[in-house]
Amino acid sequence: MNTDIITPIVMGIMLGGLYALIANGLSLVFGVMRLINLAHGDLVVLGSYLAYAILTLLGLDPVAGLIISIPVMFCLGFLIQKYLMGRAFAISSEAPLIIAFGISLIIQNANQVAWTPLSRALNTAYSQKSFFIGELQLPLIYLLDFIAGIIVMLSLHAFLKGTYLGRAIAAAAQDKRAARLMGINTDRVYGYAFAIAMISSAIAGVFLGMTFPFTPTSGTSFLTIAFGTVIIGGLGSTLGTFLGGIMLGVFQTLGGWFFGPASQMLVVYLIVFLILAVRPRGLLGRR
Amino acid sequence: MTDREAQLEIRNMDVFHGTFQALWDISLEVRRGEMLALIGANTSGKSTLMDTISGLLHPAKGTVVFEGRDISRLDCHEIVPLGITQIPEGRRVFPEMTVQENMMMGSYGPGARPKAKTNLERAYSLFPILKERRKQPAGTLSGGEQQMLAIGRGLMADPRLMLIDEMSLGLAPIVIDELFKALRKIKEEGITILFVEQNVKRTLHEADRAYILETGRVTLSGTAAELREDAQIIKAYFGIEECN
Repeated sequence: MNTDIITPIVMGIMLGGLYALIANGLSLVFGVMRLINLAHGDLVVLGSYLAYAILTLLGLDPVAGLIISIPVMFCLGFLIQKYLMGRAFAISSEAPLIIAFGISLIIQNANQVAWTPLSRALNTAYSQKSFFIGELQLPLIYLLDFIAGIIVMLSLHAFLKGTYLGRAIAAAAQDKRAARLMGINTDRVYGYAFAIAMISSAIAGVFLGMTFPFTPTSGTSFLTIAFGTVIIGGLGSTLGTFLGGIMLGVFQTLGGWFFGPASQMLVVYLIVFLILAVRPRGLLGRR
Repeated sequence: MTDREAQLEIRNMDVFHGTFQALWDISLEVRRGEMLALIGANTSGKSTLMDTISGLLHPAKGTVVFEGRDISRLDCHEIVPLGITQIPEGRRVFPEMTVQENMMMGSYGPGARPKAKTNLERAYSLFPILKERRKQPAGTLSGGEQQMLAIGRGLMADPRLMLIDEMSLGLAPIVIDELFKALRKIKEEGITILFVEQNVKRTLHEADRAYILETGRVTLSGTAAELREDAQIIKAYFGIEECN
């Protein structure tokens, strides 16, 4: 009994690394632009499909394929912010929400046309392997998810704290007018913030695709997971998002362990609901 | 003071907020190295004037010329590197950043970055308390300290003209004295200062010259000494400080 419960906890922690990876982009875009990016899940899945295309067409390993998909996603993010979201913000605060929903529909349907509704997966030699912690046997990919989650969190943190552009993004998030008075071109900084969120989504898409099979409509469920992660972790800190992801992962696997796999996500969302009711700023959020 | 060259010149400028005209046919000049005050009630357009110089707003008519260059079409991020910095009303420090991180944001412009270290020392020697608190989040500072930080952060941009909006608002007299002492030091370094203050008496005591704004128009201007002599001015505008 005692060793049994350790398995779901360890699995949950590692899966949480993937959830944090998925949620980073949503958290960054909301934290900086106050935009609830409804297309976020689909953009992550677009990252998975990009990796799938690179894998099948070029035979390039999905992680190595990031050399191609990161610049593509970066530019796409910058253009979405500059030509769609930036202009929509000038109209009203609801307009970008509708634009995001539109982008979501376009990506889902484009993926249906390009890849059929059948589920795909990024199969590599190592994504099928297992490893042992003591007597526990775990999928190797879960460990890789966790490591990728830590690396992206630390990189994002170092970028936001340690570079002029990163600090400009943080400044624009805290006080747009003051940021402009510092000589920051906030429109351009918003473009970079979206673009950097997309780098994170490209990476999330790769690890997602190696962990789970995906379809053109998978984005919706991963958007929900990203929301849950951000709600638990609270907005505004990369560490909060990471810990939020871990907690969500553990809630899910423990929920499955106690109540069966069918109700594991129900448990997660009941907890998210409870947190929203009791502590709306998130368990770790400051505001 | 009157024979100094004009550093900033505004000619026949109209500025709108949407459909509302906030400034009407404004003409004024800021002379290099002086301390110039704008005096007026809350809705007289002082902040609008500062925002237009900073490039947050653009004139519908007229020009803003800084050191021989027309800047009326430039945006804020293009104007700051030219040497104009605004210390906004309400300080607007970045609350979640530390004091030092706030300071470093001031030197965001590529031209100011190489001088960040010397400018940081300069700002810290002007306000030693900021150096003591450099690792503290700016949101935890007192109002006076936040104002010092806002001024110090402005200095980090290496400006030649500083626009200071409502520096004393809500601060204790002893703190205001300290802030004005700092402004005089900044002026001694050759930085021009254009400031807005509610306290007319204090303003005319500190400034070299002043412009008086009424509902978006310049109604009077002159040296502080001239305006101090003008009993009518004192009578007409003394009430301003009480109603705020």
